[in-house]
Amino acid sequence: MPGGAPPGARPPGAAAPGAKPPAAKPVAAAPAPVAAPAAPKPASPVAAAPAKSAAPAKAAPAAAIVNPDLEKVRAKFGDEVIKPAAFEGIVIADLTRLIEIATWIRDALRYDMLANLTAADYPKDNVIEVVYHVQRTTGGPTLCYKARLARPKGNDPTDWVPSLVPVYPGAEFQEREAYDMYGVRFEGNPDLRRILMWEGFAGWPLRKDWKEAYFEGDTKPFESRWPGGNHKLAEDRVPWEDNLNYPAGFDPLNYKSNPDGNLYDSMQANTASLNTGMGSHGAGMSPEDFEELKRAGILDSSEMKTDQIIVNMGPQHPSTHGVLRMVVKLDGETITDLKLVLGYLHRNHEKIGERNTWLHNIPYTDRLDYITGMVNELGYVTTVEKMMGIKPTDRAEYLRVLMSEFTRVASHFWSIGFLLNDLGAFFTPALYFITERDLIVDLFEGVAGSRMMCNYMRFGGVSRDLTPAQFERARELAFERLPRAIDELEYFLSDNEIVKARSIGVGYLPANRSIAYSLTGPCLRAAGVPYDIRRAEPYSIYDRFDWDVPVLYGADVYDRYRLRIMEMRESIKILQQCLNQMEHNSKPGDIQAGKKAYNHRVPAGQAYGRVETPKGELGFYLVSDGAQNPYRYHVRSSSFINLNSLKEMTIGQKIADSVVVLGSLDIVLGEVDR
Amino acid sequence: MSLFGTGILKGLGYTLKHFLMTYAEDLKYLGRKSGVAGTARAVRRQNPKARGLVTIEYPKEKAPMPENFRNIPFLVYDTEKKEDKCTSCGICAKVCPPQCIWIVRTEDPVTKRPIPAPKDFYIDSTICMNCGYCAEFCPFDAIKMNLDYELGYYVEDAPDGRMVLNKSMLMKPDTFHAAIHPSDWAVEVEAKAAESAKPAKGAPAAKPAAPAAAAPAAAAPKPAAPPAAKAPGAAAPPGAAKPPGAAKPPGSAAPPGARPPPGAKPPGA
Repeated sequence: MPGGAPPGARPPGAAAPGAKPPAAKPVAAAPAPVAAPAAPKPASPVAAAPAKSAAPAKAAPAAAIVNPDLEKVRAKFGDEVIKPAAFEGIVIADLTRLIEIATWIRDALRYDMLANLTAADYPKDNVIEVVYHVQRTTGGPTLCYKARLARPKGNDPTDWVPSLVPVYPGAEFQEREAYDMYGVRFEGNPDLRRILMWEGFAGWPLRKDWKEAYFEGDTKPFESRWPGGNHKLAEDRVPWEDNLNYPAGFDPLNYKSNPDGNLYDSMQANTASLNTGMGSHGAGMSPEDFEELKRAGILDSSEMKTDQIIVNMGPQHPSTHGVLRMVVKLDGETITDLKLVLGYLHRNHEKIGERNTWLHNIPYTDRLDYITGMVNELGYVTTVEKMMGIKPTDRAEYLRVLMSEFTRVASHFWSIGFLLNDLGAFFTPALYFITERDLIVDLFEGVAGSRMMCNYMRFGGVSRDLTPAQFERARELAFERLPRAIDELEYFLSDNEIVKARSIGVGYLPANRSIAYSLTGPCLRAAGVPYDIRRAEPYSIYDRFDWDVPVLYGADVYDRYRLRIMEMRESIKILQQCLNQMEHNSKPGDIQAGKKAYNHRVPAGQAYGRVETPKGELGFYLVSDGAQNPYRYHVRSSSFINLNSLKEMTIGQKIADSVVVLGSLDIVLGEVDR
Repeated sequence: MSLFGTGILKGLGYTLKHFLMTYAEDLKYLGRKSGVAGTARAVRRQNPKARGLVTIEYPKEKAPMPENFRNIPFLVYDTEKKEDKCTSCGICAKVCPPQCIWIVRTEDPVTKRPIPAPKDFYIDSTICMNCGYCAEFCPFDAIKMNLDYELGYYVEDAPDGRMVLNKSMLMKPDTFHAAIHPSDWAVEVEAKAAESAKPAKGAPAAKPAAPAAAAPAAAAPKPAAPPAAKAPGAAAPPGAAKPPGAAKPPGSAAPPGARPPPGAKPPGA
């Protein structure tokens, strides 16, 4: 574990993963699997779970999501190792075999991409669960498996779990997040440091017993708002009396900050191997050339004593698209190492989500990736609908697709505009495209009431229908304005020699590496993998439209740019069909299935739902215990996980290109840091 | 393979065209109303059909806000019955995601039973996220979202330097709501008409003419109700702040309440 050793070293010789976690015992003892954690009446889901290959009981619609491949895993590894989980997926009882099972699932069952990795805390069962969702890039549902760990006492981190980084390199950031939020330690993760919280933070913020500053209650609505009305403002409470935790022995008055010591040390550590004077690769000179020059006496590496330097790009940097810090190690102008410092925008979205009621969360999802609010809402709402077993009306489905695709076009306009900014075409193209995007958000403002924080989707419907005037405006956009704008965009930029010179071949990441890093969205499709969740695991009514998943094979910045243009054209196709069908196939005003409610109760269970946002796969892992609030609310954010691959894309490139590569990934920090 | 540099020239040509269009488009409207700075020009420029410049000269000219636009909520005062529409049922406080609403309930001084009218009503406008749930889920149409987006005011004008709005600052007459939300108001009037038409028992005093007259609500927001309608529910809110005049927004000393809505006709004009 280079640098950043997490607090609490590994217990010597304890062989933690080998020991059967105590949590698994109730599973082995009872014939029925462990009850829904903290479920008030766990009878129905549990009854449905053992017969999980058969159609589950009607009582628990959430348990209906069962992947048939789970049977294959059980058949292969047997009941000793694999236990059925209460709801979705399986529990791997013998953690020493986790890597083996994960590798088998990847290779034999071809679940080649890690979709989601997170943890959940169940104090009632004294268990912390690590949840893995894997998927095939050829399509199909996700497969879920879990590891269970004994819940440690107090603020201690958990036992060690084998890291899945050797199997899926894309696990790195997600494991670090699980460590940061739950204190789950992953053995073999190359850089197990905190990722969103600061280094000196004490405690594990997503554990159920952790309380935030200004803590008021475990769940909303808070009692003090009504009927008592005796609310005190947060500012009036003094937070540091009982709400703030410092690490043991920490003296805030005499604290000298060296938060990045570990980070810099870990980057210095591997300098020696690269210290050849010139960059070992990518510096425009192959090692053979280098040797040649040395032999000719032109270059003597013993004389060229160059140092590699560490440069902080960001957090306040115009090209980091927000508050992101890229710590790069430079050999001349060439990047030899890169690490990201995240979390400047961290607000513990997931904890807020677990305090909120189900309905409260919809406007909060707008704030994840604030460019694509409508699609975020769609992801959350469809996942909850999956758990509740309700279906929106046709009109609502059309409106959802309409808004999602408008959002996709707007987001791609935005992203291309800012990519051009990063390339040096400062704001001329960006403003042209922002004009077009503005017309789209004007439509959102008219329909939903807000330009970006739309809060439009509801469980089983949407909040408002289009008026005839807005419908005409949408038609004008979809049939006239936007196609013309996309054509102009392409005419304006695609042939530009500077754009080409700066982007072709830059940020190359081949398909197999992209998949390994869990890269999703346009970046993956530009590497030749036709993976789009609208096709891979269709949701909403995308099967009613005739459209293609565009693919390009260059896997560089230029193809990512071109792919976004192609995707906009496909979105326009969907929009046009949607508007045409909507006029004839749906009843205006019929936008809400069932009665509109605010106090939803979602049946106990869990679900992983996902949608294709303009940036990639946005997943929601939700656990309900039957109450008004989600028990666990996890956001699998595409921007965050796409950043995993930034290091490999940029190493060997010039520093100026790292800006472009970051621009081509199209991240939004609201979603990265959550 | 085209000649090197043609791509750049194409791009420059496009930029030039874009630049010229900003003049060409506006020249077309020279001498017309939408050619001079004002709401008409703002609407024309920010239309999907427009080809030229999209920017407008804020704050000299302002684009009209769509009716659905949501910003900090306000409470609706029923000018006809002369009472608050709010019954302090607490749904808005429950559905509020950031929990910025809190309500003090009125109690009967003798029986200590709650009375369906809020004693006070607070919205912490610094944490309101403008989601619009309170307005959407209010069963009494008592809270609505405002269109006003110019929310800044001096700290010394705010009560104890905070942007916590109390009931007198939040309360606005329903004529104001009718003026800024004409189509929502029309729906409300229609629903009210349907309701009053249904229980035709008791007093068969004919009053169907009133809602019908109020149907084009945008033009005549205040339905000309027969005086008989006032009689049953005329109970003034006990203990609450004295209901102010109908045509004037209450709490007019407080800056947020005093401003007329942007682009809307002065209520009761």
